[in-house]
Amino acid sequence: MKVSFTLNSETRWLECQPNQTLLHALREQLGVKSPKCGCERGDCGTCTILLDGKSIKSCLVLACEVEGCEITTLEGLMQSGLTPLQKAFLDQNAFQCGFCAPGMVIAATELLEHNSSPNRGEIEEALAGNLCRCTGYAPIIDAVLDLVDNGGK
Amino acid sequence: MSNYKYIGKSAVRVDGKAKITGAAQFVDDLDFGPDLLYAAVVESPHAYAIIQKINTKKAKELPGVVKVVTGKEFPYRFGLYMHDRYIFAQDRVRFVGEQVAAVIANDPATALKAARLVEVKYKKLKPLLNVGDALQQQGVDRVHPDLANYFHVPWFYPKKDSNIAHFRKIRRGDVGEGFGDADLVYEDNYVVPRYAHCAIENHAAVGKLDHDGRLTLWTASQSPHTQRHLFAEALAPLGFTHQNVRVITPFVGGGFGGKAGVTMEIVAAALATTVPGRPVKLLWSREQEFYNTYQRQGVEASIKVGVKNDGTITTLEQTLLWDAGAYVEYGANVVNAAGLSATGPYRIPNVKIDSVCVYTNLPPGGPYRGFGYSEFIFGLESHFNQIAKQLGMDQVEFRRKNAIRAGDQLAYGAPMHANGLLEAIDRVKQEIAWDTPKEIPSDSSKVRGRGFSLFWKAPAMPPNASSTAFLKFNEDASINIMVSGMEIGQGYLTVMAQIAAEVLGVPPEKIRVESPDTDRNPYEWQTVASHITWSCGNAVKRAAEDARDQIVDLIENVLEMPRDDIYLENCQVRSKIEPDFALDFTEFIINGLMLPDGSWRGGPIVGRGMFMPEFTSALSDPETGQGGKPNVHYTVGASAIEIEIDRDTGKITIPKVVLAIDCGQALNPDLVKGQITGGMLQGLATVLYEDMRFDDQGRLLNPNFTDYKIPTSLDTPDQIVPIIVEVPQGDGPFGARGMGEHTMIPAAPLIANALYDALGVRVKSMPITAEKIVAELIN
Repeated sequence: MKVSFTLNSETRWLECQPNQTLLHALREQLGVKSPKCGCERGDCGTCTILLDGKSIKSCLVLACEVEGCEITTLEGLMQSGLTPLQKAFLDQNAFQCGFCAPGMVIAATELLEHNSSPNRGEIEEALAGNLCRCTGYAPIIDAVLDLVDNGGK
Repeated sequence: MSNYKYIGKSAVRVDGKAKITGAAQFVDDLDFGPDLLYAAVVESPHAYAIIQKINTKKAKELPGVVKVVTGKEFPYRFGLYMHDRYIFAQDRVRFVGEQVAAVIANDPATALKAARLVEVKYKKLKPLLNVGDALQQQGVDRVHPDLANYFHVPWFYPKKDSNIAHFRKIRRGDVGEGFGDADLVYEDNYVVPRYAHCAIENHAAVGKLDHDGRLTLWTASQSPHTQRHLFAEALAPLGFTHQNVRVITPFVGGGFGGKAGVTMEIVAAALATTVPGRPVKLLWSREQEFYNTYQRQGVEASIKVGVKNDGTITTLEQTLLWDAGAYVEYGANVVNAAGLSATGPYRIPNVKIDSVCVYTNLPPGGPYRGFGYSEFIFGLESHFNQIAKQLGMDQVEFRRKNAIRAGDQLAYGAPMHANGLLEAIDRVKQEIAWDTPKEIPSDSSKVRGRGFSLFWKAPAMPPNASSTAFLKFNEDASINIMVSGMEIGQGYLTVMAQIAAEVLGVPPEKIRVESPDTDRNPYEWQTVASHITWSCGNAVKRAAEDARDQIVDLIENVLEMPRDDIYLENCQVRSKIEPDFALDFTEFIINGLMLPDGSWRGGPIVGRGMFMPEFTSALSDPETGQGGKPNVHYTVGASAIEIEIDRDTGKITIPKVVLAIDCGQALNPDLVKGQITGGMLQGLATVLYEDMRFDDQGRLLNPNFTDYKIPTSLDTPDQIVPIIVEVPQGDGPFGARGMGEHTMIPAAPLIANALYDALGVRVKSMPITAEKIVAELIN
């Protein structure tokens, strides 16, 4: 079936099977590789993207469900270079292997869209659906806090 | 204080932008075009069974299927330290999930569907699902009846007609006399179960056999050269040699030991040989990631310790029985490493250690961050805590009194080197405020406790494991460094850049260090053992020094400047005597310098460096373990924790944890701290949350993140305080030694000891879940 939607500010369409996940459609058909596949059951969060502004696990959404939706992946956040959040991640070494980083940046971006000055607990809560095995999370939480302390810049 | 410009500084990671923008490519991100084939494996449903018949007819008939491959086509064994693992199961399957056959198809769904159509007839055997049963089993139904015929490294000692793949003995001093001298002899048993690595990227491999006979593998690996070697070795009967096997390893989404050596990648290599000209991709699912790569081995530890009333340890007798799983080609060396070092970082004159590698019908054991040390330290540090208690001695003082010092004899007889263990103990003790009373929680259902633990670890590697590096300058004085270590998150690329930067006066941001391709990058054993900073760091330093010497030679010869006056800074040659002299690298680094007669001297500057320890030996007396020098050095440290326990729910929260580690010289302190923060949480997870469950047929019940709980951002300690101790490693680059694995090693006994401090309850089996705590309290 044919589905059309907005992907990172561009209108795109694709032919998909009814059982195809959005994650695989993005990666395999459209070549958007920042969402990663880590579990295919919504546990790990490496496939996190923004669907109409809300962070979702793209492995739990079928491609055929996104007709008319607005999809933003990490690629779409960088239209004017690194975002302040990405810079904070860099400054704080908020990644190690980097596999969870795209999903983590998306989840934190969504948080800051809705709450410009989250406290530590709110950050922990917002990122709890994104697993990281390397960093122990502290540098990721610190990166978000750092950005908040610097007024989002 | 040192005068380093780039060493010891927290340089921004050279791989940072790639990782934070999604530009970093992992194996599954690589594009292989529309010709790509997909593979799926047929897995054993039984833990132990004879394969009687395989019928592939239905699978072959499914449209879209290109090939069905069974063990018949690949009757080969492989392995790192012992050749006991099969590309595909042959006459028998040895664990649930083992690959029996595989299907190659034009799309992943067809491959999976066809794999389910392969019919395998089994005759079930009684599976050996624990060490006790496995030790009793003899005869033809041992896990490996052919064990005696397997190739293995000379430092393994398999026991004939048994399930014992390796028996490491350490005998030092006189244990009988030691117990006789003791005022207190204390015995107990501890159990550590299996664990999963849980790197967030699953294993992935793509293989392609070109029509000209070259086999290339793209793998998510910690070990490109070792993989090439094992592929070439296993596929040698088909005519493959190192020359026509190539391994390319892009970024890796976490390793923790799980992507060391070779596991599923050999299946992709074998499959690729059956479809020349077309790439074939094999991706492990999260479930397969749990049960068919490596697992951390379980261990049952029996510990008997003799001490004097003044706290001096006289004797240690320890038996470690390892549930090593169905194949131990890597895991047997975990058993070996633990056996050599199971005294912990303590001075103990009389030692008897038996570390026994036992085959079972559970998934293959293997390397996992900590490599056996996390496992024995749980029992040992729990035990020492109880002894200090019985002696009425402060447990930190007990540890300090017995802590190993430079010149003390290690269990295998060689002397211990200079180290910062005492400093680590003292600084941790101060930071956790050991001598001041704990806070009393306002909620009366809660109670606090403190725990303390020492830790140590040596790189476990063959005595001649080596690293090499090439370094080349470009016209703009930027540098490419070619090495074959892997960036698995630890910051290896950045640190290699910092080392070269320091020697050559070129800032790290002008240096590219990229992931290897075995055809292009020089040899590296593996990125394991926390040895890469030390070993490959030495190789890079030597390559940079080689390049520096070429620059200095050129300047000395052409400009007739005394070489001792020359130094390199900010991509320029400078003179100690003539402050105004500054020659940009760009003036000569590729094209050389012109003489007055118009001819040129010099040319592109290219450095090479190699490092292999030449002072180690794995040869020792098999009955005593004495006589060799199997370990290059130890990294030591101390750690303490304060926990708060809810008596009603058993839930533990962690206000503070402190870890001090002697890394010789922190080449990049931020990266060292990153290892401490991340490693500590990984360690805490093994003791607080992670709990692998098998049913009575050896089937793993929780191979996913819903049921096997790794920590989320909600499960972090309130505060982790990293402390860096720096007693230089004489043979390390700028004095550095490794510290990546060590940071998780003390976590389990920290929790056990803090729990004891808080509630007087000693839990002797991991994990220490809330459920287990409440059960203990009810009892």
